[in-house]
Amino acid sequence: MIINRTRYLTQGIAKILIWIGALSTIAVMILILLQILREGLPVLHLHFFLESPKEMGREGGIFSTIVGTVALTLVAIFVGAPLGVGTAIFLREYTRESKISRMIRFGTDCLAGVPSIIFGLFGFVFFVIRLNMGWSILSGGLTLAAMILPTVISTAEESIKAIPHSYREVSYSLGGTKWQTVTRVVLPGALPGIFTGILLSVGRSIGETAAVILTAGSSLVMPTSLFSPIRTMSVHFYILAREGISMKMAYGTGAALILFVLIINVMAQWLISRYIRHRS
Amino acid sequence: MFQESKIIIKDFSFYYGSVQALKNINLNIQPKEIFTVFGPARSGKTTLLKSLNRLTDLIFGTSYTGAIFLDGMDIYDPKVGLTHLRRRVGMVFDLPTPLPMSIFDNIAYGPKLSGTNRRNRLDEIVEKALRSAVLWEEVKDRLHTSALRLSGGQQQRLCMARVLALEPEVLLLDEPCSGLDPISTASIEETLFQLKKDYSIILVPHNIQQASRVADRAGFFLNGELVEEGPVYQIFTKPKDKRTEDYVTGRFG
Repeated sequence: MIINRTRYLTQGIAKILIWIGALSTIAVMILILLQILREGLPVLHLHFFLESPKEMGREGGIFSTIVGTVALTLVAIFVGAPLGVGTAIFLREYTRESKISRMIRFGTDCLAGVPSIIFGLFGFVFFVIRLNMGWSILSGGLTLAAMILPTVISTAEESIKAIPHSYREVSYSLGGTKWQTVTRVVLPGALPGIFTGILLSVGRSIGETAAVILTAGSSLVMPTSLFSPIRTMSVHFYILAREGISMKMAYGTGAALILFVLIINVMAQWLISRYIRHRS
Repeated sequence: MFQESKIIIKDFSFYYGSVQALKNINLNIQPKEIFTVFGPARSGKTTLLKSLNRLTDLIFGTSYTGAIFLDGMDIYDPKVGLTHLRRRVGMVFDLPTPLPMSIFDNIAYGPKLSGTNRRNRLDEIVEKALRSAVLWEEVKDRLHTSALRLSGGQQQRLCMARVLALEPEVLLLDEPCSGLDPISTASIEETLFQLKKDYSIILVPHNIQQASRVADRAGFFLNGELVEEGPVYQIFTKPKDKRTEDYVTGRFG
């Protein structure tokens, strides 16, 4: 009797705690969104997106920071994604569990745990100063590429691992080489997973602030080449708010940032589901 | 007789790590015959098939002794092109394994690997292969739908067609009818009779009845050992070895 009562009690308490956990997660998310959108949405007019900042960002729009963000993210993805996916292919298809593969995996795990400011410091010392690239899209993009590598590698590795061994066996048994098997059977199947990993990395690149200030600078001038310094939207937001330049513009930038990430995610999900439907 | 053999297996042993899966096998396979390899589970049948086109290479930590010759060529010679060997010795697995692509692309997969990309050539190859596997009539109107939507029996015939598209010389069939209904089984067996005219076929049968229905010769495997081989009627009616007799009469297995 007593045992039964405590069992029901435990059950009830567990249920309540789990509900609190789930609800507070949603609540925090909604609160953040509401706060930023309430303050930021009124600022979002077309000219806010299409005009470059004036007077340190007090007036005008955020166009140059949008260009900066896009350029930086593109460099990061174009460098980081092929390297990461290549590493994942190497780990799963070209090598067996060995000292080298364990070392690579250990390395990426460590990399995943390094705080972004440390990546920033590394990028500043290595790309900006040592390689003399200065504060630039290139320095920032390469730093971000290094930062997103662990995510790209582990998600790509997981999705490559999920491809049934029998597919590979079929491909080899039909006279396929390793490369043909990878490109025609393994990668097409793993693509949705790989894409998801890249998407996470895009989000991380767009949102990154600390590492970017140290490597890409915070210039509001419209970039003209990969060697131009830039200011990303996140950095812009940070500087506007931190230096008390304009809370209104800061919230506007924040709202624009959230909308961007949202749009990218929705579009990417749509692409992935279309791809999956097309294949089945 | 010795020189005419398509495949000569000579003192062949195979190991997974320290576990010996095949023990000193000596066996000749003739052109245009169906040779059936039967025996209880884990007796080395699949290993034997996979070592004939070196799919065993995909498994880590294996080793072998002895030799296997295909038309007099040692297939374990380092100079042998693996992709070339596997095109000559095609294999169909025990479970249907369509690749996640259309019926057409499944069949065209092999030919494309070796650079056949012309559309009308591929059309011909696909039709011919599907006809040989007795699948053409059922799928000709939906070649570009996913192969995963076919029934189990159709999928297995698709896998057969996929191998036939490469026009191999030897066919390795590892229980191609396991998990299939009797009607699909009958159509696959019918296919085998057709194919025998052109190929050497090594078949791990679904059961002993199947072995006696389709095969010319049979070999009984037990614990990695080739206990006995000979014409089918002899193996199944007058086996020389006590163990073979016990197995075919259903005393164990």
